[in-house]
Amino acid sequence: MRGITKRFGDLVANDHIDITVEPGEVHALLGENGAGKSTLMNQLYGLLQPDEGEILVDGEKKVFRSPRDAIAAGIGMVHQHFMLVPVFTVAENIALGAEEVRGGPLGFLDRRRNRKDVLETSQRYGLPVDPDALVENLPVGAQQRVEIVKALTRDVDLLILDEPTAVLTPQETDELLAVMRSLAETGKSIVFITHKLREVKAIADRITVIRRGRTVGTATPDTSEDELAALMVGRDVSLEVAKEPAQPQGEVLEVAGLIVDDDRGVRAVDGVDLTVRAGEVLGIAGVQGNGQTELVEAIMGLRPARSGTIQLEGESLIGKSTKQVLRSGVGYVPEDRSLDGVVKDFSVAENLVLDMYDRPPYGSAFKLNPKAIAVNAAERVEQFDIRVSSPQSAVGNLSGGNQQKVVVAREMSRPLRLFIAAQPTRGVDVGSIEFIHKQIIHERDNGTAVLVVSSELDEVVGLADRIAVMYRGRVLAIVSPDTPREEIGLLMAGITGTNDEEDGQ
Amino acid sequence: MTTEVAPPEKKEEEPKRETFISLFLQNLWSANTVTVTFLSIFLALVIGAVLIVISDSQVLSYFEYFTSRPSDALNASWDLISQAYADLFKGAIFDPAAFQAWFDGTGTWQAAFGPISETLTYAAPLVFTGLSVAIAFRGGLFNIGGQGQAVIGCVTGGVVGFAVGLPVGLHLLVALLAGFLGGALWGFLPGLLKARTGAHEVITTIMLNYIATLFLSWLILQNGVRDPDRTDAISKTIESSAQLPALPSPLRVHLGIVLAVVATAVVAWLLNKSPFGFELRAVGVNPPAAKTAGMSVAKTYTLLMVIAGGLAGLGGAVQVLGTADKLTAQVAGNIGFDGLLVALLGRNKPWGTLLAAILYGALRAGGNLMQVDAGISLELVTVLQALIVIFIAAPALVKAIFQLRAARSARLGTTMAKGW
Repeated sequence: MRGITKRFGDLVANDHIDITVEPGEVHALLGENGAGKSTLMNQLYGLLQPDEGEILVDGEKKVFRSPRDAIAAGIGMVHQHFMLVPVFTVAENIALGAEEVRGGPLGFLDRRRNRKDVLETSQRYGLPVDPDALVENLPVGAQQRVEIVKALTRDVDLLILDEPTAVLTPQETDELLAVMRSLAETGKSIVFITHKLREVKAIADRITVIRRGRTVGTATPDTSEDELAALMVGRDVSLEVAKEPAQPQGEVLEVAGLIVDDDRGVRAVDGVDLTVRAGEVLGIAGVQGNGQTELVEAIMGLRPARSGTIQLEGESLIGKSTKQVLRSGVGYVPEDRSLDGVVKDFSVAENLVLDMYDRPPYGSAFKLNPKAIAVNAAERVEQFDIRVSSPQSAVGNLSGGNQQKVVVAREMSRPLRLFIAAQPTRGVDVGSIEFIHKQIIHERDNGTAVLVVSSELDEVVGLADRIAVMYRGRVLAIVSPDTPREEIGLLMAGITGTNDEEDGQ
Repeated sequence: MTTEVAPPEKKEEEPKRETFISLFLQNLWSANTVTVTFLSIFLALVIGAVLIVISDSQVLSYFEYFTSRPSDALNASWDLISQAYADLFKGAIFDPAAFQAWFDGTGTWQAAFGPISETLTYAAPLVFTGLSVAIAFRGGLFNIGGQGQAVIGCVTGGVVGFAVGLPVGLHLLVALLAGFLGGALWGFLPGLLKARTGAHEVITTIMLNYIATLFLSWLILQNGVRDPDRTDAISKTIESSAQLPALPSPLRVHLGIVLAVVATAVVAWLLNKSPFGFELRAVGVNPPAAKTAGMSVAKTYTLLMVIAGGLAGLGGAVQVLGTADKLTAQVAGNIGFDGLLVALLGRNKPWGTLLAAILYGALRAGGNLMQVDAGISLELVTVLQALIVIFIAAPALVKAIFQLRAARSARLGTTMAKGW
C-alpha cells in the first residue's frame, strides 16, 4: 500500500501511509484505538476506498471496490466484530457468499460438499470447528475460528486479523498465535492488528506503529515493550499498575451458594462463594462465557438468582431492583460499554448522571436540574480527563477510552461501598487504561471493596489482590496474583492441579 | 502485495477563497434537516402541479398541439396551477379580497379570518395525535394506535358531554378528562402487554384500533346514546356546557387549538426537563443501558403508552367537543393516522409536531376552497400530504435532487436510518 490517505470530513484517518507485507510474514500493525489501523485495513479489504494512494498486489496495481474484489485478489479479513449469522450453522456461515451449488442452473445448495470443505480446511490448518453447530451457541473463541476458517476456504494469500485476541483466553491466544505461525510457514502473509504489546513481540516478524493516522515507525520484535508503548502513545507510559499492598478491612460483599441461569435457562453460575473485603481488589479471571457476566448481573439485580445469597455488609441484595442496588452504594461498570454503559445519543453531561438523574442535586422526582447536571459534567470531565469538545456533545462521538472514562467517572462520583468493574478496559487505548487502572486502585485505597472481572489476565494480575478463577460457572480456585501465569492459565482452562483440588468447589 | 516505499508527495491544498455567497450557500447546502423538510414540501408542490395539469382534461387537450403552439398549453397549465395554489393559500391562510372587503365595510371580519380559523380547526386534534405518536416514538415505541385511542377519547368525552349533567366549566373539564382517561386506557393495554409479555405494540395497537372503531359504531346505535329524534346512526348532541368555547359563527375555531399549544408545551417540558422524560429518552435509544442504570424499562413503556394514549384521547375529545358536536361512526375521521404523519413531519419534536399539524390543517382547509373554486379534487391534498411524507422519509433522495453536500454520506447512512 502506497501513500494511502483517507479522510472522513475534516478528520484525516490515514495520512500517506506506506506499508509492505512480504509473503510468509506476520506483520503487526500496532496502534491505539482510533489511530487508523482498522481504517487502513478496511481499505485493503475493499470496504473503504482510499482518497489518495494506491494498493499493489504482487507488484500489480489494484482497485478494490468491494470485499469481493479483495477476496478475488487473495485478501481475507477477520473483523473485530464477527460478521456471522447467529442462526446459521458453522458450515452455512462459511459457505455464505460463496455457496457451492449442484444441479447446474437449478443451483441447489451442496451442503455435503460444503461441510466436507469446512472439515478439510479446519484439519489442514489445525483449527477445530464443528460444521453443524449453530454459531449462536458457540463461545467467542470458536466463533473466531469459524471466521478464520471462512477466510481460509477462500484461498487467501493475505489474512488480515483485526484485534483477534481481544476475546480470547491466554491459552486460546497462544493457540491462535501458533496457528498464525503455521499459516505464515505455508507462505501466507498475515496482518495482525492489535494494541497488545506482548502478543506483538511473541509473533510478529515486523511491526508498523501507527499514531493518529501516520506511520510513526517500524520496529522489530526485539524492541522493548516500553519503547513500543511510547511509540504508540507518543509519550512514556507505565505498563505496570503501581500500587501499595492492600489493607483489607471487613467483608463488604458476601456471595454464597449462588446459582444463576443465563438467558437460555442454562445454568451459568453454579454455586459460587465469594467475599470481597473493603480496601481490596478481588479479580475474577476466566475465559469469557464462564459465568462471570451472569454473576455480576445477579449482584446488580439485573438477573434473578435461582438460589444462594448475596449480601452487602450483611444486607441481602437478592430481590432488589437495580436501582436499589445502585442506591445502596454499589458502583457498576458494565462489560459491554456501548450497549449497557452509555446512551450514545445522550450528551456527556446526561450520561454522567444516567443513574442519578432523579436524585438531588441533579433533580427530583418531577424535575431535572440542568444547572447541577452541567456543573457536575464540567467537574467530572476535568477530574477524569475526558477528552471532549463540550460536555453537551454526544457520547457516541467519543473514542472508546473516553466513553469508558465517562462510565467510570459516573460510577465513582458518589460514595461507594462496592465497586464492580467488568472488563473495565476493553477496547480502551493504552493511555486511558493506565488512567482507569489508577482510578480503580485509588478507589480501593479509599476503602471501597472492588470486584474486577476481566478476561485479560494481565489486567487481573495487575489490579487484583486476590484472584478468583472462574470456569463453567464455578470458582475453581482463589489464588494470589503472584501465582505463575501458566498456573492461572491452566485454571482458566479448567485444569486444576492436585494442590488446588480442595479449593476447587 | 509488495510495494516500494515511495516518498509521499504532499500536495498542500490551496486555501479556497470564501465569499459571503459561497459561505451562505455552503451553510444552506450542508443540509440540516429543517432544510430537507422545506425542500420536501417544495418538491411535493412541484409534483402536485404536474398532477393538477394531468388531471384536467381541458388543459391536457392543449398539449395535443404542443409542438406547433406550446404557449397555449403552457399558459393554460400555468393559469390552472397558479389558481389552484392561490386557492390553497387563500383557503388556508387569508384571502386578500376578503380583507379588502372588511376594510371597505362590505365584508365581515369573520369572512376575513375564516381561512385561518378553518386551518386551526383542522389542526387542533392533529396536534394531540401527533404529540401522542411523537412522544411514544421518543421512548422507542411506535404507537400506531393513535386512531383507536382518539376514537375512545371521542366516545368517553362525548358520552360525558351529553349523558352527564354538570355545571358550566366543570362539565367541559370532566369531559376532557374523560377523553384523556379513555385514550390512556387504550394506550395502557398495549403498554402493559409490551412490558409484561413483550407483545409488539405495533400489532396490539392496530388490533385495538379495530376494536375501538367497531365499538363506536355499535355504541351509537344503543338506546340512551342514539339520538331518539333521528333515524340514522348518530348520537345525542353534546350539551353546550361541555362544548369547547368557540369564536362566533361562522368561524369554527375553538379553544382546542389553545389547549393544543399548552399540550405541546407540557410535552416539551416532560421530554426535556423531567426525570420521566430523561428515562423515556434513555429507554428509547438504549434500553439495556437504561436498565443497567437502574431504570425500569417495563414501567417506562407502560407509563409512556398511558401518556401517549391520553394525548390521542384528548385529541378525540377536542374533535368531539369542539368541531363535531355529536358522535358518528366517522367522528374521529383520520386524525389518528394523520397524527403519525404529522409526527414524522415534525421530526418527533413537540414544537415541530405543532407546526406540522398546522401545515396539515392548512392543506386541508385550503383543499376545500381549491375543490370548490378551481374544481380540483380534495384528494389532491391527500396526495400532497403523502408526497411530503415520502420525501421526508427519503432524505437522501431530496438531498440528491438538490445536490446537497451531505447527500453522499446520507446515502451511506440510509441502511442505518433510525426509526421510521
